[in-house]
Amino acid sequence: MSVTVEHLTRRFPGGSHPAAEDVSFHAPAGAVTALLGPSGSGKTTVLRAIAGLEEADAGRVSICGEDCTRMPPQRRGVGFVFQGYALFEHLTVRGNVGFGLRVRGVSRKERDARVDELLELVQLQGYGERYPSQLSGGQRQRVAFARALATRPRVLLLDEPFAALDTRVRVELRAWLRELHEQTHVTTLLVTHDQEEALELAQQVVVMHEGRVRQVGTSLEVYDRPATPFVASFIGNANVLRGHVQGGRAALGGLTLDAPGGAPDGARVHAFVRPHEVRIARAVEEPSGAHAVISALTRVGDSVKLSLQLAGRDTLMVHMAHAELEALGLTQGERVAVGIRNARLFVEEHAG
Amino acid sequence: MSGAATRRVPSAVREPAWVRVLLIGVAVAFLGLLVVVPLVAVFREALSRGPAAWLDAVRDEETLSAIRLTLLTACVSVTANGVFGVTAAWLIARYDFVGKGVLSALIDLPFSVSPVLSGLIFVLLFGRQGLLGPWLSAHDVRIIFAVPGVVLATTFVTFPFVAKEVLPLMQSQGSQEEEAALTLGASGWQVFLGVTLPKVKWGLLYGVILCNARAMGEFGAVSVVSGHVRGLTNTVPLHVEILYNEYNFAGAFAVASLLSLLALVTLGVKKVAERRQGGRT
Repeated sequence: MSVTVEHLTRRFPGGSHPAAEDVSFHAPAGAVTALLGPSGSGKTTVLRAIAGLEEADAGRVSICGEDCTRMPPQRRGVGFVFQGYALFEHLTVRGNVGFGLRVRGVSRKERDARVDELLELVQLQGYGERYPSQLSGGQRQRVAFARALATRPRVLLLDEPFAALDTRVRVELRAWLRELHEQTHVTTLLVTHDQEEALELAQQVVVMHEGRVRQVGTSLEVYDRPATPFVASFIGNANVLRGHVQGGRAALGGLTLDAPGGAPDGARVHAFVRPHEVRIARAVEEPSGAHAVISALTRVGDSVKLSLQLAGRDTLMVHMAHAELEALGLTQGERVAVGIRNARLFVEEHAG
Repeated sequence: MSGAATRRVPSAVREPAWVRVLLIGVAVAFLGLLVVVPLVAVFREALSRGPAAWLDAVRDEETLSAIRLTLLTACVSVTANGVFGVTAAWLIARYDFVGKGVLSALIDLPFSVSPVLSGLIFVLLFGRQGLLGPWLSAHDVRIIFAVPGVVLATTFVTFPFVAKEVLPLMQSQGSQEEEAALTLGASGWQVFLGVTLPKVKWGLLYGVILCNARAMGEFGAVSVVSGHVRGLTNTVPLHVEILYNEYNFAGAFAVASLLSLLALVTLGVKKVAERRQGGRT
């Protein structure tokens, strides 16, 4: 039940850029694939094209190896969950969940049994006779999931399914969706702008930006080995340091790191350093390294966020455990030695 | 709608008591003079010679014929405009097409044109000296000064009501539910009957009620095309005028009281539809 998208392009009338341009990826059967990107990156357009709600100007969409590009949405066998629930307000929960079975002419008895089964799956037994307006946001979205799953779709398509919910409910439903997927193993495509959601739920992540695919990989791959500066800055928080190559080393505002292989002298480089990849020590203990001043210090629960002012103008955001900071005995305004445990460097394309 | 109307005004923006009393007094006096007094007068005059006389006036053969024609006209025009109104609203709300702006502007046209003019348009089109007149008389089809003319003129005058009620509803609700139904396997027709229509049903009912009230009460356009043939092309409003011109005041007001009753019933049903619609959104 895999989904393959090949060279998909979609232009909207009046739009200066295509909403999706030459998008290709493969979503393996039984897995969760996240389409991750900022708003306007074309991820929803791609999802709607897979569902048949949006026409493709060019390219192909195949579900289970079958070319569906010109197939009407009714015959694609997909379940779609919208950000705004899109429940039928005039029908009860049972009516909503059973809608797809009813329009397919499934007998009442069979339908009732399947609806019961689904209400149990989404933990809404006893809510069958209620109307959507009598449910909370989280309950409504679970009804929408049940409705989409009722017809046993080949693929489940989720368009920002948790974006309209409170943080607490969102985290709960995320865990619930994980469990649901472990039970059903339906091939799932999840559109989200929330990288945490993508990294937590998806086995594969497709990072999109400005209508194009920037990287396809497992959640660890896109996090640890971003393919482009955009992916590096979009996935996870990162400090961006700018500098240039000198004798095989990248000089970045007082810090030096190994330059990327093959970078010529004088090439401009960007380094992406995650806040937890910065190591600090008391300046007196490491007098030779790069130094910085702690310009701000905020405690958030049992971790600490530090703002370091480097010798140049650059500022480094650092996250560390509060206990670790206490062991070092550092306070605001003190000089510290800075080391970088890990960083991703990119050579700017038009160097010099 | 009704929720907002009953909300209490915070004291800081509330007017002093005497201003409120004055404003309410002016509004009540105005309404009383222009609406309540005439309405009471109609029923008083209609029943001035007792209920038996009222019943006689209503059961008069010509009155009954006028009532039948009015019911037939309302039936045809409300059905036609219901179908047209929902279709037009659906097209405008869902699709982009050439001439969409023109269509939405045209829907309002009957409201901005004097009903007399609407009637004259049909005379110019279908009358003996009209554009299609020679062809029609050659085929022995009578439209002007006959029932089809009355129905046509009424339908024209009342066609905005349903479209104008349903269109804003469809536009504000968007089409996500329809898309959900499509992915669930519903055909276009199933989506329309099972999702789109239920979403707008109270607005549709509201439009149908207004359309019906106007169809039964229309005077100007119908007066031009009807020819006032007693027992044949007279609708209830036209019949009231004829009786009045013949100094048959009791009869005129008896028939007029029927139209007033219709207005009161319409008002009641409209309130219910409004409340239901307000409660859903």
